[in-house]
Amino acid sequence: MSTVLEEPRPVARPPRAANNAPVKPVGEVYVWVTAMGLAIGLFMILFLLGLIAYNGIGVFWPRNVAVVEFREDGPTRFMGGTRTMGVITLEQARDVRDLTPEQMESPHPANRREKQLFLGNRDAFGQAFAFFNAGDIVDVSYPKNVIRAERMEWGDALFFPVRIEDSAGNVVSVDDADFDTELKRLVREVVSRRTQISRIERHQIGRINLQMRDLELEERFYQRLDERSAADEAALAAVRERMADLQAEYQPLADRAGELRAKQREHTLVYEVITGQQRSMPVGDLVSYYYPNQLSVLGKTRHFFAHIWDFLSGHPREANTEGGIFPAIFGTFVMTLIMSIAVMPFGVMAAIYLREYAKQGPLVRSVRIAINNLAGVPSIVFGIFGLGFFVYFVGGTIDQLFYPKGLPTPTFGTGGILWASLTLALMTVPVVIVATEEALAAVSRGIREGSLACGASKWQTIQHLVLPASAPGILTGLVLAMARGAGEVAPLMLVGVVALAPNLPIDGMFPFIHLERKFMHLGFHIYDLGFQSPDSEAAKPMVFATTLVLILVVIVLNLTAIMVRNHLRKKYAAGTF
Amino acid sequence: MMTMENETPTHAASLKDVQQRRPEVARQNAVAKDAFNPNHIEVKDYSFFYGPNQVLFDLNMAFPERHVTALIGPSGCGKSTLLRNINRMNDLIDGISHKGDVLIEGQSIYDPFLEVISLRKRIGMVFQKSNPFPKSIYENIVYSLRVAGRNRKSELDETVETSLKAAALWDEVKDRLQESAFSLSGGQMQRLCIARAIANRPEILLMDEPCSALDPIATGKIEDLIHDLKKDYTIIIVTHNMQQAARVSDKTAFLYMGQLIEYDDTEKIFMKPSEPQTEAYVSGRFG
Ligand SMILES: Nc1ncnc2c1ncn2[C@@H]1O[C@H](COP(=O)(O)OP(=O)(O)O)[C@@H](O)[C@H]1O
Ligand SMILES: [Mg+2]
Repeated sequence: MSTVLEEPRPVARPPRAANNAPVKPVGEVYVWVTAMGLAIGLFMILFLLGLIAYNGIGVFWPRNVAVVEFREDGPTRFMGGTRTMGVITLEQARDVRDLTPEQMESPHPANRREKQLFLGNRDAFGQAFAFFNAGDIVDVSYPKNVIRAERMEWGDALFFPVRIEDSAGNVVSVDDADFDTELKRLVREVVSRRTQISRIERHQIGRINLQMRDLELEERFYQRLDERSAADEAALAAVRERMADLQAEYQPLADRAGELRAKQREHTLVYEVITGQQRSMPVGDLVSYYYPNQLSVLGKTRHFFAHIWDFLSGHPREANTEGGIFPAIFGTFVMTLIMSIAVMPFGVMAAIYLREYAKQGPLVRSVRIAINNLAGVPSIVFGIFGLGFFVYFVGGTIDQLFYPKGLPTPTFGTGGILWASLTLALMTVPVVIVATEEALAAVSRGIREGSLACGASKWQTIQHLVLPASAPGILTGLVLAMARGAGEVAPLMLVGVVALAPNLPIDGMFPFIHLERKFMHLGFHIYDLGFQSPDSEAAKPMVFATTLVLILVVIVLNLTAIMVRNHLRKKYAAGTF
Repeated sequence: MMTMENETPTHAASLKDVQQRRPEVARQNAVAKDAFNPNHIEVKDYSFFYGPNQVLFDLNMAFPERHVTALIGPSGCGKSTLLRNINRMNDLIDGISHKGDVLIEGQSIYDPFLEVISLRKRIGMVFQKSNPFPKSIYENIVYSLRVAGRNRKSELDETVETSLKAAALWDEVKDRLQESAFSLSGGQMQRLCIARAIANRPEILLMDEPCSALDPIATGKIEDLIHDLKKDYTIIIVTHNMQQAARVSDKTAFLYMGQLIEYDDTEKIFMKPSEPQTEAYVSGRFG
């Protein structure tokens, strides 16, 4: 902006009209108005992106853990003591209403400020974050032997380690030279054991459970029959036999999992929190640990990337506030993909008919207007339509025709990734139609006539020449549709998105693609974290990080489509005369 | 609309001039042809309308087989319309209608039992603005075969070679057949379009001002090409260039405001036309 403002004004005298009235350069002011509009818009977008990127990435940087000492004679105390420990996350001016008269009058401005600390140890302190009056802080130190541990429950813990005990009574004290190697080894063991347990429980037992559920439904179906023929009785017996088989298969797996779980509790880590209290936890509860105050920049960088990887590839824990967001990323990708697969053929076919075959007239014009208006319908309306049409009507019919044994438990007659994708496809189809129509119209008449003169039919012309030449434009439409679809949340809440889905929509279990399953979605995940979790302060970093990922997912999807488009455009570059 | 330059006819055409410049052409013109069908394409009482506007008025003429016929006349007189009706390219336009008939070898092009596609397979067309497809040189040539369902590699290869040779383009592009057609120069592109038009061995070749966008050297090459092609094809060419009409055609038709004013041997049209309007037009006194 400033460089533009400094531009010298033209010095030439304004020309005079015939009647000698001075001609004012009336348009000039609009240059500034439009430029301002652009500048404000750009600024807001960059600010928003910058804010999200800064906060979202900052979450993963391992920060030092401070021990904070309060004035002996001041009012600030933590759990009755004068010390606390945590990551200093924020410093800000205090709300005036919270200030005492002395603080208000105090010559030290620090008395009117406060620091926010991430304390961890939610199990011990009841809260993960706390504010302290900055003026009462007399010392901040960073002891080297603090451990920050990620746990399966209760969020992170910040503590000083004391000793490791095993069930046989062996003790490794923190003063022993091999304490750290021992802890490292144990954590590695529990992590690999945890993977084993999850493989058994999630996959093998999960599969048995699914088969059991199907068999139970079948059993119930036969039981409910008023009259059972001999064939029905035989079928029922077969079902029961298979259930017994499965039960037999299930038992050793459950035993094995129980065994592993017991192993997880064999070792106990005893530690001391800042209040001096000694606590303990099974090593099996640890996910990872590190000494934040000992890390060099390189070490922190390593942890930083490890954290990011865990976040992107892990499953959520503790009502989504901890762990990773992989299922949500995956769900968003799969949903957008299915949506694109559904929206492309329909949109393109509709556009081809409208532009190439339909006789242009008032009817086609009104269809076109209707399509454009469809693009402006609020997304929640599409959600409601999706629920009524896809879920209840189409899904309900499918259930009645193909899954009658499951009723009244719905299979397709409830929200699922297919219905969500189709709902979004319906919502974005106008975008694709409009873009495709424009692209088709841009294909030159010369090429069409050339093709017809070669003896090609109209469809051959479209297929061999018009469609390839308009592919870049069609992809532009898809980009726009994906950008709109991937970020949409409201309609999804009605047609299949959930805060926590037990299974991914695509996995190794036959038939591999489970279109009826409920799924997780980044947009809904953000909503759930930010507005539905009990501790919104604790969830805030996750909200930023998840938002950043959602934006990145949309950007990646768009960039891919744009790259494909540019490739095609280069191929057909000179095609537009 | 086309630019004025393209529309302005280049006059000063005396056949003697032309003959002096291109004696071999004149000699070939003089050589008697083998037996040929003088009524390869017949236009009978043909009128044509764009909506309510009549553009062609009761035309009666016949185009001889394996000869070049030039259509000349001031712009807007209906030359392109007549040409584009022979392969029914005007079918694309809404609200057209016609009276009379056009026959190819005695068969009406409006015969309801005749498919437009099979009609167009017998007729190649070259447009004013070269319009290569956004495909490789090779694929451009074989397009008419592929849409006819002929995909045998050996046949396609052979067609590419013979068509490009016939269009005098083979030597220039034989090493880069897989390159995009847009890598060619303007004149090469137009010859490519000619090669494409004859790839499926049509009987008739329609050319609508094929040289109007080309430089003189490229124009010369295409004129030579037309000369070579006429031993195999019945050619109808629309041109604004009197010298070109005189150089390449055996017969010339002069159209004016949708009426056929005069139609005769090219020599006669340019040397001693019987209609004063023709005389005025070919000598450049109006146009
Ligand atoms: N698609 C069309 N729709 C309506 N009128 C047309 C169309 N094409 C050409 N015409 C009219 O038909 C007349 C003859 O045009 P055209 O055959 O292109 O002339 P020429 O090729 O001799 O210059 C002109 O008056 C022109 O305006
Ligand atoms: Mg014309």
